[in-house]
Amino acid sequence: MNTDDILNAIMAVDQALAAHEAEIESLDRAIGDGDHYINISRGSQVAVAMRGELAALSPDAALQKLAMKLLSTIGGASGPLVASFFMGMGKAIKEHNSSLADVAAAFAAGVEAIRARGKADLGEKTMLDVLIPVSRCFTELTAAGAEPRLIFKELKQVAEQGMLSTRDLVATKGRAAFLGDRAIGHIDAGAKSSQVMVSAVCDLALQT
Amino acid sequence: MKKFINKVNDVLVESLSGFAMAHQDIVQLHLDPHFVVRANKASNKVALISGGGSGHEPLHAGFVGYGMLDAACPGHVFTSPSPDQMLAAAEAVDAGKGVLFIVKNYAGDVMNFEMAAEMLSVPNATVLTSDDVAVENSTWTSGRRGVAGTVIVEKVVGSLAETGADLAACKALGDKVNQRTGSMGVALTSCTVPAAGRATFDIGDNELEMGVGIHGEPGRRREAMRPADAIVADLVAAILHDLKPAAGAEVLLMVNGFAATPLMELYLLYHSAEKLLKAQGLIVSRSLVGNYTTALDMAGASITLCLLDDEIKQHWDSPVHTAGLRRGC
Repeated sequence: MNTDDILNAIMAVDQALAAHEAEIESLDRAIGDGDHYINISRGSQVAVAMRGELAALSPDAALQKLAMKLLSTIGGASGPLVASFFMGMGKAIKEHNSSLADVAAAFAAGVEAIRARGKADLGEKTMLDVLIPVSRCFTELTAAGAEPRLIFKELKQVAEQGMLSTRDLVATKGRAAFLGDRAIGHIDAGAKSSQVMVSAVCDLALQT
Repeated sequence: MKKFINKVNDVLVESLSGFAMAHQDIVQLHLDPHFVVRANKASNKVALISGGGSGHEPLHAGFVGYGMLDAACPGHVFTSPSPDQMLAAAEAVDAGKGVLFIVKNYAGDVMNFEMAAEMLSVPNATVLTSDDVAVENSTWTSGRRGVAGTVIVEKVVGSLAETGADLAACKALGDKVNQRTGSMGVALTSCTVPAAGRATFDIGDNELEMGVGIHGEPGRRREAMRPADAIVADLVAAILHDLKPAAGAEVLLMVNGFAATPLMELYLLYHSAEKLLKAQGLIVSRSLVGNYTTALDMAGASITLCLLDDEIKQHWDSPVHTAGLRRGC
């Protein structure tokens, strides 16, 4: 992985989020407060606008710079979580030409940073219900030396399953936690946006 | 959506700018990053900084001024401010005695203020407000929300800070007031986030939402509309169940509007609540009625009770001069 891959992923994520605007918004209105899409898309738009500045940097420096910008742009609960992800990933990634196993390790470090900042875990009806299973699968498949196309297809499926799994969960973290049992039957908006982003990056990897 | 707006993306800055113009004797606005400070910087006191999503006006910028906050950091509508705002505000108002952050207990606010506190080189502490009794406190949730009771915390701690008390004393009083304060809200309508353009939840003409927060997030129960006395009885019962005041305890009773309910109805609610509390043997010796912690254009109200003691009374009664609350000076 190089900085170009990060820049392409930013474009893919921004486009994918825009394509799912209505869906993410309606999920958040049901059990959140209706601003998740607004916040997350504000972040993706700023990331798109930063691509010129990031292009000259090494992947680790680009991820750090992206993290600080997102931290001051997104706000809300998403800001610190998204920023922690990129900070964690930036600290773990190699300076250049990371292998797929290196990227999986950096992704795992990013997810761990979200978990630490949000004090949340699997099964709490949050983005982690997508990100933790995706990260585990990514690490296992790269360690087993699986073929890249198979890995990305599998990650898309795991992300989809994780997103759907939030439907039957009671939220214990995030704003839906205030709803008690009333949140059951609704997919978590943060899990949905995470699945959309993971899926977009996997599709990008599958094209190349 | 029918609102006074030029461009949706300009709502926050235009509103903050108008606020600063209208109250230029009290506050000064900084943009990019956004924060509001007192027009005249205070010296030799702990600096009190609060902040949170916008849409709850006058909370928090309306409580910047003598006797309350030194700075407020407004986020986007219903969205926590980001750490760069808190850092810039802290740098502007630190007067050598440290910084106390007053933070409503919402995941976003907690995380953003936590990151700011980690990055800040000045000694600092945080009071988390969590007065909303509608949310059951358990190890399984992120805990109770901070709502209108935050105003009482800001007033009381603000007064103590003016006396030159140190950071630990200010934090301790803030924690004490928070523990002795309980709130519960009810919504008659939803609210509309400008950037979303439509109501956050649907509610029928004959329905109310019991136990709402201040962001248009649904509450605990949807119920049929009832007479005001019956609604107040439920709100008060929930708060008393939580606070468990001793017989004859002295309380502050606050009736807070969510913005779209007229003062006439807020006073009607106050009448109902005070009668009820007196009937239960409590002494209502302090009061506050008005729109202090709002939820954009939501109709509805919350009731807040604070169990008073001599220290809290002294600091509640002291002079304050802010855009949102002024007395004695």
